[in-house]
Amino acid sequence: MTSQLFMQQLANGISLGSLYALLAIGYTMVYGILRLINFAHGDIFMMAAYFMTFSIVTFKLPWYIAIIVVIIATVALGVLLEKVAYRPLRDAPRMSIMISAIGASFLFSNLATYLFTGVPRGFPDIKVLTTTVKVGSISLSVATLITPFITLVLLYLVLFITNKTKIGMAMRAVSRDFETAKLMGININRVISTTFIIGSALAAIGAILWGSRYPSIMPLMGVMPGLKCFIAAVLGGIGNTTGAVIGGFILGMSEIMLITFLPSLTGYRDAIAFIILIVVLLVKPTGLLGEKVTDKV
Amino acid sequence: MIINKKNKLILNILLFLAFATIIILLDTNKIGDPYIKRVLNLSAIYAIVSVSMNLVNGFTGLFSLGQAGFMAIGAYTVAIFTVPLADRAKIFYITPQNPILAQIELPFVIALILGGLLAALVAILIGMPVLRLKSDYLAIATLGFSEIIRIVFTNTKSITNGALGIKSIPQMPTMWVFFGVALLAIFIIWLLINSSYGRAFKAIREDEVAAEAMGINLFKHKVMSFSIGAFFAGIGGGLLATLLATVNPNQFYFTFTYNFLLIIVLGGMGSLSGTIIASFVVTVGLELLRFFDSPLTLFGVNIPLFRPGLRMVIFSLLLMVLVLFFRNGLLGQKELSWKVICDWFNRKKRKKPAEGGRA
Repeated sequence: MTSQLFMQQLANGISLGSLYALLAIGYTMVYGILRLINFAHGDIFMMAAYFMTFSIVTFKLPWYIAIIVVIIATVALGVLLEKVAYRPLRDAPRMSIMISAIGASFLFSNLATYLFTGVPRGFPDIKVLTTTVKVGSISLSVATLITPFITLVLLYLVLFITNKTKIGMAMRAVSRDFETAKLMGININRVISTTFIIGSALAAIGAILWGSRYPSIMPLMGVMPGLKCFIAAVLGGIGNTTGAVIGGFILGMSEIMLITFLPSLTGYRDAIAFIILIVVLLVKPTGLLGEKVTDKV
Repeated sequence: MIINKKNKLILNILLFLAFATIIILLDTNKIGDPYIKRVLNLSAIYAIVSVSMNLVNGFTGLFSLGQAGFMAIGAYTVAIFTVPLADRAKIFYITPQNPILAQIELPFVIALILGGLLAALVAILIGMPVLRLKSDYLAIATLGFSEIIRIVFTNTKSITNGALGIKSIPQMPTMWVFFGVALLAIFIIWLLINSSYGRAFKAIREDEVAAEAMGINLFKHKVMSFSIGAFFAGIGGGLLATLLATVNPNQFYFTFTYNFLLIIVLGGMGSLSGTIIASFVVTVGLELLRFFDSPLTLFGVNIPLFRPGLRMVIFSLLLMVLVLFFRNGLLGQKELSWKVICDWFNRKKRKKPAEGGRA
């Protein structure tokens, strides 16, 4: 193994990890507030990739306008998902909400298969993101290079919203105690919608960066990243935004390092996340930065 | 009619005879065709797997999504051990089969039970760490395990032939294999649910903390329910292998589990009879929905909506609508019994004269 190859893979790992982190923030925020695994989050991500393709290839929008359009469309989809699939079930048993989430995820993938066919499509080539630059002795695409920075900026932004703004305070209150927050006059529906807006916007940005790295999109592309990012959120401590980002980094790194050092196990690439999940749940079920929650009778 | 023990026995015998007659008629090709038989066999298999899933999800309250993985174990066990030795080299033409496995051929029944046992064993190993978790973590962990099983099967080429799958699995000559096993499996699960273990399962479903306070060993009962569920899922998988005569890892993609999820939601979480009815309704329904996947021309006009994929869209919409508006499904937690049916008829009868009297 040359040090050059290692550096290259290290950069890839960090970049993949920050993509996972972007999606994991969405999972961790929704889980923190609704105690719900938003199974459809990965499919929102998939839809964002399709939106990008259509706005550039079909509607011939310039990339900077397309990005804005895609973020808006994805946010709208996320809010719609919450309104239709989760809001009516707010007082229902947990299992029903989870089945609804699975149903929504399945519906999105099937709808995408039906509308866009299962044949993989090319992701539009955004020159600004796909140009290769040389850093020292390794060459990276701009997307790979800037992804970690974008993730950190967005993490800072999310932390700012949750810690410094009024709506953020409401979000923290709701995540601490749903019922009491409601009694204190917090508009629960607005808080939950805001959570979905933030999560979907991050998923849209993640999808654009993902598409520039892996320029082939298909209806089931969101499923695996979705599951992995939930695992990243669990690894970091579910409900904790910083934890989700750390979890995403660890997951992305371990995947790339597995491929680099043990190429014969490449087929098991998707299994590693689940193995990490089991280990975390066994050793430290609250995750790296999570708080301990005890059951009240 | 009044339902007493004697009447109930007579009705049960009549029902069984009617059931047996239909199967015999189908088996001897007096009625139906191979397609109908295949769909019915598939329904029976789905009934086994759904009932096993309902045992875990509906009766014990553990949200497990690992059914596809356990089915894969059962299916591959049957596939690996029942393919005639002479055909092995032809199937494993890229990577030769493991020399030990290449010499073993087992009768179908033994391979089927072995598949179930292996699935149960894996379930126990998985259950030990995972069943200590809360329901939503359990969902993602079981889903993950079913994916890991599939990934392992794709990569262990000398055992499972990898992505190529295993072909020419011997098929069964009679529908009794499927329906007999289904009857037996459902009967065993029915006995289990009505035993003290079953009551413990339901107690865990209703309130874990209270159940524990009543002296129920949570861990033991959860592992038990989970592994018995896996055993029957494995059996269902084995039957599926012989019905389709071929297995490959992609059949057991985790979305396969969603079929059974739809069935138990439709039938009612915590209702055996509901699950059985729903298995047939959903399986037959999915076949009928194939109509949506082929182009449709009405009065010479091509309806543009009908093209491949619509079936699955309707399927997932159905799941959403069910859980959003009919959360209890067909039967909720109730069971369909002769008494319920009889009461229903009696109520209708009583209503009629009353209305007549008023007029």
